[in-house]
Amino acid sequence: MSVGVPELQSLADSVVEQAKPGEHIEAYVSRGGETSVRVYEGELEHFVSAQSEGVGIRIIKDGRTGFAYAGTLEPSAIAEVLAEARDNIQFGTVDQWAGLAEPDGVAQIPQKFWDEELANYPTDKKIEITKELEKLTLAADSRVRAEQSNYEDGWAETAVSTTTGIRESGRGNSCYVSVATLADDGDEAQTGFGFSVGDSPKEFDLKKAAREAADRATRLLGATKPASKSVTIILDPYVTSQFVSILSSALNGENLAKGRSLFADRLNEQVADPRFTLVDDPTNELAYTATDIDGEGLAARRNILIENGVLKKFVHSSYSARRMNTKSTGNATRGGFSGGPGVGCLAMQVQPGNKTQAELIAAIDDGVLIQDVSGMHSGVNTISGDFSTGASGIVIKNGTLGAPIREFTIASTLQKMLLNILDLGNDIDWLPMRAVGLSLVISDVMMSGS
Amino acid sequence: MTKTQTVEPLVAPDVLERVLAKGRSTGADFSEIYIEDKRSTSAGLDDGKVEQVTSGRDRGAGIRVVSGETTGFAHTSDLSERGLLAAAQAAALAAKQGDGGVHKVQLGDVLRHSVNTVKLSPDVVEKSRKVELLKRVDAAARAVNASIVQVSAGYGDSRKRILIANSNGVFSADEQVRTLLRVSVVATGDGGMQTGYDSLGHTIGFEMFDENDVEELAIRAAKQAVTKLSARPAPSGAMPVVIKRGSGGVLFHEACGHGLEADLVGKSASVYRGKMGELVASPLVTLVDDGTMTAEWGAIGIDDEGHPSQRNTLIKDGVLTDYMWDYLRARKEGRAQSGNGRRQSYQHLPMVRMTNTFVLNGKEDPDDIVRDTKQGVYIAKLGGGQVDTASGDFVFGMAEAYLIENGEITEPLRESNLIGNGPEVLKDIDLLGNDFAMGNPGTCGKDGQGVPVGDGQPTLRVRSLTIGGTAA
Repeated sequence: MSVGVPELQSLADSVVEQAKPGEHIEAYVSRGGETSVRVYEGELEHFVSAQSEGVGIRIIKDGRTGFAYAGTLEPSAIAEVLAEARDNIQFGTVDQWAGLAEPDGVAQIPQKFWDEELANYPTDKKIEITKELEKLTLAADSRVRAEQSNYEDGWAETAVSTTTGIRESGRGNSCYVSVATLADDGDEAQTGFGFSVGDSPKEFDLKKAAREAADRATRLLGATKPASKSVTIILDPYVTSQFVSILSSALNGENLAKGRSLFADRLNEQVADPRFTLVDDPTNELAYTATDIDGEGLAARRNILIENGVLKKFVHSSYSARRMNTKSTGNATRGGFSGGPGVGCLAMQVQPGNKTQAELIAAIDDGVLIQDVSGMHSGVNTISGDFSTGASGIVIKNGTLGAPIREFTIASTLQKMLLNILDLGNDIDWLPMRAVGLSLVISDVMMSGS
Repeated sequence: MTKTQTVEPLVAPDVLERVLAKGRSTGADFSEIYIEDKRSTSAGLDDGKVEQVTSGRDRGAGIRVVSGETTGFAHTSDLSERGLLAAAQAAALAAKQGDGGVHKVQLGDVLRHSVNTVKLSPDVVEKSRKVELLKRVDAAARAVNASIVQVSAGYGDSRKRILIANSNGVFSADEQVRTLLRVSVVATGDGGMQTGYDSLGHTIGFEMFDENDVEELAIRAAKQAVTKLSARPAPSGAMPVVIKRGSGGVLFHEACGHGLEADLVGKSASVYRGKMGELVASPLVTLVDDGTMTAEWGAIGIDDEGHPSQRNTLIKDGVLTDYMWDYLRARKEGRAQSGNGRRQSYQHLPMVRMTNTFVLNGKEDPDDIVRDTKQGVYIAKLGGGQVDTASGDFVFGMAEAYLIENGEITEPLRESNLIGNGPEVLKDIDLLGNDFAMGNPGTCGKDGQGVPVGDGQPTLRVRSLTIGGTAA
């Protein structure tokens, strides 16, 4: 990592040094803080200032794994966590592939994760920015109310050490603002949101966040429920980002090893339209989830997953790689100190096309611009591939945007949607999500309404 | 000497009094401390192997200071007096309103309000017995059918002691135990893979497994996956939907539960704002939120603001009778709290949340409801859902569903979402069964916080819901 945190690293080291013969130990320690400001009707609604810390210890012995964590870095608690993890080993099943990552010689690509200006940013100004965002939002459109205007920032320091020679530590901070809007529509109200992300608050584009939040809420005023039919859809960049994110699960090497990937046995086959190329690249600093190391402490790297529609690679942690007789792709994920590593894509990027969203819309005779989707967690099954989500958007007729529609679903299967990609936009948007956004056109999707 | 470990406050009352006074030192009108000490165990089995047993410890305090409309909040994992005073100072500064002053806070005896009885606390049960359950689940699921290719099972328990004190003199404690078992199954056939899922969770201890058959749970999940192997694509368009008892509480959670939370109503972000006393649902519907419902997943002795849990009728015979309230929203309206102030952990601010939300029994025989439906969809198991409270539009997934043809349940359907508008769907409930049952344990997410909730309903019919399938 770009900046080491010697104090946390030595804390992690001190755990690892206690390994008994035959034990492999991984210690993950972290601490961090956050500020959260919320403004409503010009007043400060809440101000949260909080710090947290914790340790997670994983021990593997004779193929059995034990894990324990605690939300504190007190020495007595760390000793207790180590003892608990050790005690938990006996209940695991022997797994010949169980193990820790080992240094693989792949070099880290330095990136900037810490912003000194953000670290020293005065509290009063954070509140001011939040109030300003609310004001700009209300000024953007007289039909709009603000439900909440938020400023959030956070910093974190982490260190991981293992008996296999991994020693990594670093720190990072980040901040964003967001605003949620309402536009009254008879008894009901339509909702919108806008946000802005930056290394420090001076990079925020408050006007753009306010404009988008107002537009999103007002665009749907008077929306009706459409009739059911098969249509071409164009996903707004924000929706595309969500759509691409769910592919992570199907490209996950552990899911592949355990027979849970719909891409099983499809390597080097055409799984998507040739226009579709998907890369996982956490080394690209533009990506919100960019990182220099993965959840096991290996260097993060660029992996081409789908190239011109052909499935090229699954992503792996050291565990899934051992199972599949391959090498880690640097794709271990970690949700914090309270769990061990998993597998997943880290920063997904779709290769853009060469048209603007307006040009893509102009080429659609009968379709819908999908502005928002809901129920991704309840209606999309990444094992069977069944895809069905709630949606709202705007009708496209003969290449022109028409009336807003809502309370309908769009459905297909993931397999079919990838093959039915008609075109991609050049409107790359580095959203604060795991996947990049751009406009994506997909044909032959069932729209279900009245 | 008897063992007093569970009765001792997590922090001495005189320390709490000083911390609360510190919280008001910048002129705030309210200060509160929430202390939590949680121990948890989880175990996961996947691909035939017990992958990992995890032990967890989460302990800390959240301090909230309110000054007019402004809330300051800070949390710490340091429960020493020094650590707590520092957090109180941070929260007080965040809510600073002009001059300070000296405020004395006096606490009386701790209020204990229990709704659950734990016979076998999970922390005295050997971990090997917990792991054994997973192996039984795995074996039972795999035995159902040769098409079962993968089983994943998870066990989890937690024992959380909480203590809440505030400057109004509230001083309450509770011990909240939860035990959970879940299973996911993958079956494979000619048409690809299908999945099945089931779970069991209660606010009781390990005795849950004396009263429930884990093999049955595994078999249900496995059969769900196998059944779907021969499923046809779900239809599209609006049609009558019959929802089996105990599987559709999430419909009410999304269609109106969230919209009846006073914080959303207060900001006019709910389609149910200003509707008190009005007919908002079919007269068949009486909706209750009940935190006292023994052993159910959302049952709590006290809420996370120290208020005893209670049973609240929200909709009576179709008429909106009340919203759900936390301290701040109730204070603003000058009314009583309803025991719905909840938070995910000491690191979070409380807000209005549901507990166990359910619809009371109607009069119909559930079989008659199906027989009375000529053409439609029968949902035997719902998935999760999501709602936009302002427009009232909501979705929920159907994890196991069948066609109804000429009053009979026929072919299984592939998964899809359903979409509806809350107020319209509530009015469209035209048949309500007499077979009430609670559903699976759930986690409700709101504003980035997850809390455990329960739901339930008798078999019922909605005259028209939009099914989000692919078949024309």
